[in-house]
Amino acid sequence: MTTVTQPRGGARAADSPLTTRARRLRRASRWWPALLLVALCTAPFSALPLPGLLDGPIGSPGNLQLLALCLLFGGLATGYDLLLGRTGLLSFGHALYFAAGAYVTNTVLLRTGQSLGVCALLGLLAGLLLSILLGAVSLRVSGIGFSMVTLAFAQAGSILVQRDPGGITGGEEGKAVPADQLPSWLVGIGHTANLYWIALAYLGVVLVAVHWAVRSPVGRVWEGIKENERRVEVLGLRPYGFKLIAFVLAGFLAALGGTVHLLLTGGATPQTTTSDFTLSLLVMVVLGGSGTRWGPMAGGILYTWADHRLGDFAGSGVVAGLPAAVRVPLSQPLFLLGALFVAVIYLLPGGVARMPARLRALRTSRPTTDRKEALQP
Amino acid sequence: MSTVVLLTLTGLGLGALYFLVASGLSLIFGLMDVLNFAHGALMSIGAYATWWAASGRLPGAGPGGAGFALAVVFGTAVGTMAAVLLELAVIRPLYARPRDQILATVGVGLAVPALLSAIWGADARPFPGPRALSGVFDLLGAEVPFNRLVLIAAALVVFAALRAFLSRTRYGLVVRAGVEDRAMVTALGIDVRRAFTLVFALGGAAAALGGAIGGLYFGSVDPRQGTSLLIFAFVVVVTGGMGSLTGAALAAAAVGLVQQFANYYTTTGLGDLAVVVLLAALLLVRPRGLTGRPT
Repeated sequence: MTTVTQPRGGARAADSPLTTRARRLRRASRWWPALLLVALCTAPFSALPLPGLLDGPIGSPGNLQLLALCLLFGGLATGYDLLLGRTGLLSFGHALYFAAGAYVTNTVLLRTGQSLGVCALLGLLAGLLLSILLGAVSLRVSGIGFSMVTLAFAQAGSILVQRDPGGITGGEEGKAVPADQLPSWLVGIGHTANLYWIALAYLGVVLVAVHWAVRSPVGRVWEGIKENERRVEVLGLRPYGFKLIAFVLAGFLAALGGTVHLLLTGGATPQTTTSDFTLSLLVMVVLGGSGTRWGPMAGGILYTWADHRLGDFAGSGVVAGLPAAVRVPLSQPLFLLGALFVAVIYLLPGGVARMPARLRALRTSRPTTDRKEALQP
Repeated sequence: MSTVVLLTLTGLGLGALYFLVASGLSLIFGLMDVLNFAHGALMSIGAYATWWAASGRLPGAGPGGAGFALAVVFGTAVGTMAAVLLELAVIRPLYARPRDQILATVGVGLAVPALLSAIWGADARPFPGPRALSGVFDLLGAEVPFNRLVLIAAALVVFAALRAFLSRTRYGLVVRAGVEDRAMVTALGIDVRRAFTLVFALGGAAAALGGAIGGLYFGSVDPRQGTSLLIFAFVVVVTGGMGSLTGAALAAAAVGLVQQFANYYTTTGLGDLAVVVLLAALLLVRPRGLTGRPT
């Protein structure tokens, strides 16, 4: 027994100044979200170029637009992970609630000419009602059946939007948002910063809502359902209701994201109703790390950035000069993303968020004698 | 009357196409608990390989007669190989992580259509087929295209062949037992993994055949075709009861018919919605599908 405790105690005595420094560093690093928030808030004022990451200075309207999209999808992925990573529900129909928020807001805006606030409220209400109704039906089946039913509902919504009943949705072209009915501070390229802040606020709202919900008593039941649904049932709780709460909250957050997307892109597009859209959310979550606090957000940001930059990259002269066998796959961003996704599943289980922990585990798994030698000068 | 006959045969033809995709999907799901999102991609691979061969690029193959049969065989073979490759390279290494298996097939399902549209373009390509199959015949006053019959016949043959394989062969026994209780089969010392590869190959073959003759039905091939059919195949699999071949056949016919009739007698597009509404209604009454047994 002494042989086990002695080296540990000895090591602690030897590197005590080092551990205090490490502890101080760790305490300081706990403030990184606040620092990041400050950096993100002030980004529109920054003229700093990020070569390779962005084209030109951060504060240019084009880059702000891209950054705003990144933030929006970071929030959307975080909301989606409420189902996948927190409750263990694999929904393939999340696009429906997102599209409901965007399309209903836009349609009411176009048809009635009410103020943006009223229309957005109605859009949110539509997303809420839709998720209550369809969640109640699709949660009657569990496991992969649930996935397929949510997919079927979303597909129905997508078909409805593409068929353009009564000229409401605009079919394949979508419908542009009526710029003259929006408040003037949201219109025009000079006001991109305002849209950027709205996207940032959306991300903040989702992060707070998800963290709050996950730490609430309901969130603990979600965790239980994810681990073992049968056990939750044995404890005397009905998982159905708890799953429905998660579904409705995620649907509501998606509808909110839809209204932000509507403002950000200046219209509702049918691409947001397709199953591919939900699948890209899934890719974001898995890429970042499902079920972690910051993973889905990081995944959403990373994916959106990569999606846009890969599009630029695919159209660039560098790719055009390559031999056909390399050029052809590289010219398709979706191919790269699909391949990247499979690679992440293989090589990086747990996504980007688990990477630091994995690296740390690699370091600590080295023999302790090595570390002691390294620490003692 | 003639409209009803035409709609029935067209609905059954579409149902046959759904069955070809759904049968493999259902077996793979029943045995491995893997929802294969790359199944639509396998179908597209089959369709493109057949199109490639039938356009005269494969010696001996062509748009007519025996040449077209060879092209279909080639397309099915390519689809089968792709399925085996998918199982060996993507599914098998993730054997202990069922959810990651599904996610990996999602990635493949995204990448393959993108690759197809990178090589042959995103637009639809006209599908060459024998002139005999593009004609119509008269049945009770309706002019029914021949390709509907080809689809129905192909689905019936695949259904009969799969039934025979499952009930008459030793491997079929292993697969059936695996669908019922995978843990028990493994505990008996039978290597279920070989059955996995086999079921993937069979499912891939059926899907690729569906792609080949689906090209005949639609008259063209495009990279998104497989994926859009996949969603209705999912509806068929859930409606029929997961893992059941007979359920898939019944549900495929029902879905195809409902879709066609609703599309014709109401507005176009409403049939697709009607199918989903029907699915929701069914799930409220029988959460485990048509053939599902209560737990």
